[in-house]
Amino acid sequence: MRPENYQAVSHPPSHEYELNIGPNHPGIEGNYALRLTLEGDIVVAARADAGYLHRGFEKLMEGRLWMQNIALVPRICVPDPAHMEICYALGVEMLGGLEVPARAQWIRVMQLELSRITAHLFYFGGVAATMGMYSNMFWGVADRDLVLDLFEEFTGGRVYSMFNVPGGVRRDLPDGFLGKLKALLDYLESRLEDYDNLFFSNYVVVHRSRGTGPMNRQQALEWGVTGPNLRATGLAFDVRRDDPYLVYDQIEFDIPTEEAGDALARILVRRRELQESIRILRQVAEQLPYIKGPVRCPLPNPLAWNVPAGDSYARVESSKGELAYYTVSNGGDKPWRVHIRGPSQMHAVQVLENLSVGSRIEDIAQIMFTLDACPPEVDR
Amino acid sequence: MSEINYKSRGSILNPLRTLSFLARKPVTLPLEPRAAAPNYRGFHLNDWEKCIGCSTCQKICDNEAITMIHIPELPEDPVQGVRAQRPAIDYGRCCWCGLCVDVCPTASLSLSREYIHTCEQHELDSYFILPDPHGMHKRFYDHGWRKTADEDLIDLQRQSMPEREPVERLQSFDEFIDGYDTQAAILEASRCVQCGMCHDSCPAHMHAPEYIRAIWEQDLEEAVRQIYRTNPFAHVCGRVCTRRCESACSIGVRGEPVAIRWLKRYAMDHVSHERIRAIAGGQRSGNSSGRRIAIVGAGPAGLTAAYDLAREGHAVTVFEALPEAGGMMRYGIPSYRLPAERIADDIDVIRSMGVEIRCNIRIGQDITLAQLHENHDAVLLGIGLQFGRSTRIPGSDHPGVHSAVDLLRRIRLGEFVAVPPAAVVIGGGNTAMDMARSLARLQIAQHGLACVTITALEDREHLLADQEELRETGEEGITILPARGPQRCDIDDSACIDGLFTVAVRSIYDEFGRFAPCYDDSDVQLHRAGMVVEAIGQQADLALLGEELTERLAWDRGRLQTDNRGQTSEPWLWAAGDLVNGPDVIHAVADGHRAATGIGAWLAEFAEATA
Repeated sequence: MRPENYQAVSHPPSHEYELNIGPNHPGIEGNYALRLTLEGDIVVAARADAGYLHRGFEKLMEGRLWMQNIALVPRICVPDPAHMEICYALGVEMLGGLEVPARAQWIRVMQLELSRITAHLFYFGGVAATMGMYSNMFWGVADRDLVLDLFEEFTGGRVYSMFNVPGGVRRDLPDGFLGKLKALLDYLESRLEDYDNLFFSNYVVVHRSRGTGPMNRQQALEWGVTGPNLRATGLAFDVRRDDPYLVYDQIEFDIPTEEAGDALARILVRRRELQESIRILRQVAEQLPYIKGPVRCPLPNPLAWNVPAGDSYARVESSKGELAYYTVSNGGDKPWRVHIRGPSQMHAVQVLENLSVGSRIEDIAQIMFTLDACPPEVDR
Repeated sequence: MSEINYKSRGSILNPLRTLSFLARKPVTLPLEPRAAAPNYRGFHLNDWEKCIGCSTCQKICDNEAITMIHIPELPEDPVQGVRAQRPAIDYGRCCWCGLCVDVCPTASLSLSREYIHTCEQHELDSYFILPDPHGMHKRFYDHGWRKTADEDLIDLQRQSMPEREPVERLQSFDEFIDGYDTQAAILEASRCVQCGMCHDSCPAHMHAPEYIRAIWEQDLEEAVRQIYRTNPFAHVCGRVCTRRCESACSIGVRGEPVAIRWLKRYAMDHVSHERIRAIAGGQRSGNSSGRRIAIVGAGPAGLTAAYDLAREGHAVTVFEALPEAGGMMRYGIPSYRLPAERIADDIDVIRSMGVEIRCNIRIGQDITLAQLHENHDAVLLGIGLQFGRSTRIPGSDHPGVHSAVDLLRRIRLGEFVAVPPAAVVIGGGNTAMDMARSLARLQIAQHGLACVTITALEDREHLLADQEELRETGEEGITILPARGPQRCDIDDSACIDGLFTVAVRSIYDEFGRFAPCYDDSDVQLHRAGMVVEAIGQQADLALLGEELTERLAWDRGRLQTDNRGQTSEPWLWAAGDLVNGPDVIHAVADGHRAATGIGAWLAEFAEATA
């Protein structure tokens, strides 16, 4: 420690004490830390401490060709990488005026919804684990793996698909893929009852999550909350419906909401979304055989590709909330600046800090997990 | 939406539900290994037979995981565009995005269906692997991620070049190719993957990747600067270069090569002549060496050497026998392919460097070589091959049988050449095509109809002429008869040429690879024509050397012997161009550079020795 950085230690009042949770802690998602001030086991103040996972994505993107960034962006959010690459591609397509063929748009919707399912299955596992229920986690991870098998089948990669390029997708679907998709959807739907029995018919889960970390709609809007966390406060806002991208305007789906705004409401919203995703995927599986044509528009050589100067703001509804890419091009072969609006930025910092205050220490992990805050997306 | 039945108070019977799981399939993964998906992105496989070492994979790799490794055992051929290097992958950096596969110009790269790599203890030394077709550590897994033509990230289609219709072309000797517009040029330039195969294959080693990049960036003056680093005949080469670069272009392995020649032409056509002069002049040395050099022949080799030597500060005088400078570029190539103004532009830039060009002076007649030697430190012969070779078939000494170089020269000199309604050209090279097409244009002007036949020894696949030239010749209604050898000229009762008898060719070379055509005498045809033109090659006119010097010089099977710099056995006498190294403009340019470098170095040694 250098002398100019030295600060006298300020001790809390004698009845309070400080506790650091993280950056490596089973109750924290990813490398992230919370500095809590406690009175007994009640939190009186919380300070979020990000930066342990900072990899400088936004800066790295400025040094890479438009095409090369496709391999970089999925890494920003590990549980839900498809939204990252597709949102980036949408932003570049806006700048370049690229016309994405219809078949590619449907394939993208399929990829996004499959990715949402993997993220939500992961989420149930994580939330259940914070309450000490590991069966749910094992099931969630095992069922997610079956979805990853499908990703492997059509994108060539299990987790980081790197399957989209600005202008479309890199490969068409393999033969017989939609049959496998339908079989998986049937299986997942049949599993929902098991999840419900294990999780929602569980006295411990309901009692521990009801009333934990509540926020009302007013607070949610002030804090910049989006996605399922916002819908858990009763506001039916969903980018897929309210600012449709790809072919979501041709697909029927409902927007599940809950009123309570507490941890239970947040879990329930996601549980219902899982079902909606299955519903969307069934429509995709119905439609795709009738949508023929290329899966990518003609592109220039990726090594000599100048995207016209300008800026674009592309937003999608990721599993965590509203994800957006603000992309600026100065007409060169690399982005001049990319800013990513990761939904977890808000959920993991101001929301988590505010909701922690007044809660008990054992609820901190649950609050963070039910908010589905994803630290890699905070530290971009 | 189904209602989720969540309860705040569970049933006491809930635990009994678990019993139902006893009868179900476990959700955990099976323990036995299973094959990865057919599309899986595993470890790299590289087909070394297909790979040309172009390093495009290295350029697209966003993690800098690919390094090109030189492998001395592999064949290396700059002319064919093959390098003895192959990509090696650092698996500590690779992210398996597969972009390398999707941009690979040869489609040699693919990814395997290997999930997890296990290897022996002694193989654990590195993450750095040189992929080959046999799989990592010789454990082969099937191909996973590969591409089809639709999935390619590189553009295999060339921008089409606007040109006039054949009927319109034949009406005049005007240039019929319009050149790229800006949009097409940018799109065409963007196809380049900057592999540099073109640079390696070009006899003059032109900086093609650099000027293509500059054209893509629309910095045309930079493109001109890059072109002038190695070639003062940029307008000429932008139109008639035999473009070895395009045969070596890595995009050409599976698609159409980048139109490097047309891009050069685009850059030259879109920068003003004044700016080109200023850019080329900027490369000139300010110092004068005080050395005087004479160059005989104002063709591409002589003028390139003159340009280089003048750039270095030497006083250069070029002597040309014909009324205008340009050599074979002006008097051997028809103006529909290469307009005189473009040659004049190139030569004007060379003159602006301080080169003095004296036309209408024939060395050996007006001035002797000995006189030149007296007044200059070095003399460079760039006299080319001025005499046409003859087939020596019966009747070939008839006045109605012409040599193509003579006839083309007469046409470019503006003489009236009377052509009969039908003509035959013997030869299968570019000169034969130029001759036939010129004759067709003259026939249209004089008779309103063209009828020209080309007979060539080679079969259609092995014709020596450029493919594009062959296509254009065919479009202009000229008949090309491959695999037919000339037998004799048919001379009628009034001693006029009436046609050419040809005979089918069985083979051209004997088993030792020597030229020994074998004919099928049962297949003889008469091609009626009032004119026969021989376009089967040229030879040098070395009368200017004089008897005494010819005696003194060293000869190699009838050719003037030079070292690899172009110096003859007489240290002051140098030779470059077609005279010693054929056969086209770009080779002459390269040879001119080589001779200029040689002369410069020799003069420096000479200065040191005498100091």
